[in-house]
Amino acid sequence: MTRRTFSGGNPAVYAIALVVVAVTLGPVIYAVLGGFRSNAQLASDPVGMPDPWVWSNYAGVLTSGSFWRYALNSTVIAIVTTAVGSLFGVMAAYPLARYRFRGREALFGIFTLGLLFPITVAIIPLFLMVRDLQLDNSFWGVALPQAAFALPLTIVILRPFLAALPTEIEEAALIDGATRVGFFWRILLPLSGPGLVTVGVLAFVASWNAYLLPLLILNDPVAKTLPLGVADFSTEHAADTAGVLAFTSLAMIPALVFFLVMERRIVNGLQGAVKG
Amino acid sequence: MTAVTDHGPAADRARARSAAARGPGSRRRLRTPWRTRLEILFFVTPALVLFAVFLVVPVVQAGRYSLYDWNGLGPMDDFVGLANYASALGNEVFRGAVGHNLTIVVLSILIQLPLGLGIALLLNREIRGRTALRVIIFVPYVLAEVVASVVWFMLLQPNGAIDALLESIGLGGVVQLWLGDPDVALYTVMVVLTWKYLGLAVILMLAGLQGVPEELYEAAQIDGASWWQVQRRIAVPLLSPTIRTWVFLSMIGSLQQFDMVWILTAGGPANSTTTMATYLISQGTDRSLYGYASAVAVLLFGISFVLAALYQTFVLRPRSERRPETEVGR
Repeated sequence: MTRRTFSGGNPAVYAIALVVVAVTLGPVIYAVLGGFRSNAQLASDPVGMPDPWVWSNYAGVLTSGSFWRYALNSTVIAIVTTAVGSLFGVMAAYPLARYRFRGREALFGIFTLGLLFPITVAIIPLFLMVRDLQLDNSFWGVALPQAAFALPLTIVILRPFLAALPTEIEEAALIDGATRVGFFWRILLPLSGPGLVTVGVLAFVASWNAYLLPLLILNDPVAKTLPLGVADFSTEHAADTAGVLAFTSLAMIPALVFFLVMERRIVNGLQGAVKG
Repeated sequence: MTAVTDHGPAADRARARSAAARGPGSRRRLRTPWRTRLEILFFVTPALVLFAVFLVVPVVQAGRYSLYDWNGLGPMDDFVGLANYASALGNEVFRGAVGHNLTIVVLSILIQLPLGLGIALLLNREIRGRTALRVIIFVPYVLAEVVASVVWFMLLQPNGAIDALLESIGLGGVVQLWLGDPDVALYTVMVVLTWKYLGLAVILMLAGLQGVPEELYEAAQIDGASWWQVQRRIAVPLLSPTIRTWVFLSMIGSLQQFDMVWILTAGGPANSTTTMATYLISQGTDRSLYGYASAVAVLLFGISFVLAALYQTFVLRPRSERRPETEVGR
């Protein structure tokens, strides 16, 4: 949308914008550039430019193997979380949106109540339960609880979305002899693509960034996710500031790329979530 | 209402059968046919099972554990009633944590609201590079809490980049042990939290501003209003539903704060930055006081719930009911 009414900015507006950008991106740029410096450079001049540029920090991280394993674990867990949460969510949202049955609002109410319970409240029993199910150190142990906690928001967003799809399509399909289950898979699911992408992106980002649940469930270094890897690396290599900055910068890249590709979806999703 | 359940040959037949069985006029005539019920079950069951097993059961269990003195091993047979709650409420560290959480709630609103509002109004004008600015301001929010915290931890180290920066602009005198001084650490954490979450406030408020009708601005301008008057008299009032929602989200997030505090300070020094969530985790997993930690979890939920309910009752609901026409962006 364009605002022609108050067009243009005076120098003060641009100055403020510049400060905002500097403060926002400063730490990110510091980390990326810091990864190209040596520890000696960082110690002698904490805010300078790399001189000379040191490639060994990044090379070290990229050839260590552990970075790739963490990234792979994060990817697998985020994909399982997103797939399970979105599929189960859209399946539940379908009757809640398009069937009329007794107890429908009560059922919807139960799911929305889940919005009230952050994972922190349930974390201790969840940790013990996952351990008892012997799912600790497995990606199911993280993905299934994350999917469960993603369900309320998924259903709250998808229900009005599915309800808004035209009734005629469904009638036509059923007259043509489709079963309701067949209609769901072959027609409704493709039609709900945009809504599914939104809830999927939100679930993926939440899972990718999650720390508390993986912290408790994944102790085995082989099973750890990227945030755990970053935290571990930074404590284990506390003296190697440049190495930590390189590791952390590399860990930012997937999230930033994903964000740039999905920016619209993430922002719309958050706005949708807020507006209810 | 978009329900189409009662269309379709199978559903019709089923309904006719059940209606016939019960006779016309029966109140039960609208009973859901068995076939439809099976379909509903098919669609709802997976989500319901997942939700029950991994959300409802753990939440209920937290309530149950909180009544026992239990270390997570062996039978849970030492029922202590509300003793865990009593000792949490009587514990100075826990009470401190509640205070820190409330401080974070209040400071988040006091700092991020004016900043976020200002930046959103700024970005709502037609300036060059506006799209890029909007993306940039949102970057910190997208980074994992852990990643952001580790970078800030590095920046804030003694003789680190922040100190060097302050010295280079002649503010060497304010240099502190940012994360190591109990009097300063919580405020340092606040600065980092502001950096991390400001983008969310800006994005939501920009979305709210999109809902302000263009004509209002034009009319005001024709009447000779200045940019500032337009913002103050039109944009900000019309933005109030968005602001109220953002405050609600920010409040709940501040009460749950764990990741960033855990990485930056782990609650220290001397418990000066402990939040309810970091306290819960250190008591539960580090010291295996599962009963006690569960009581803390229930208290955390209780405090969040009461604050949310109060906010909902006194701030979110009354206005939106009285003046539905200002529900911009809904």
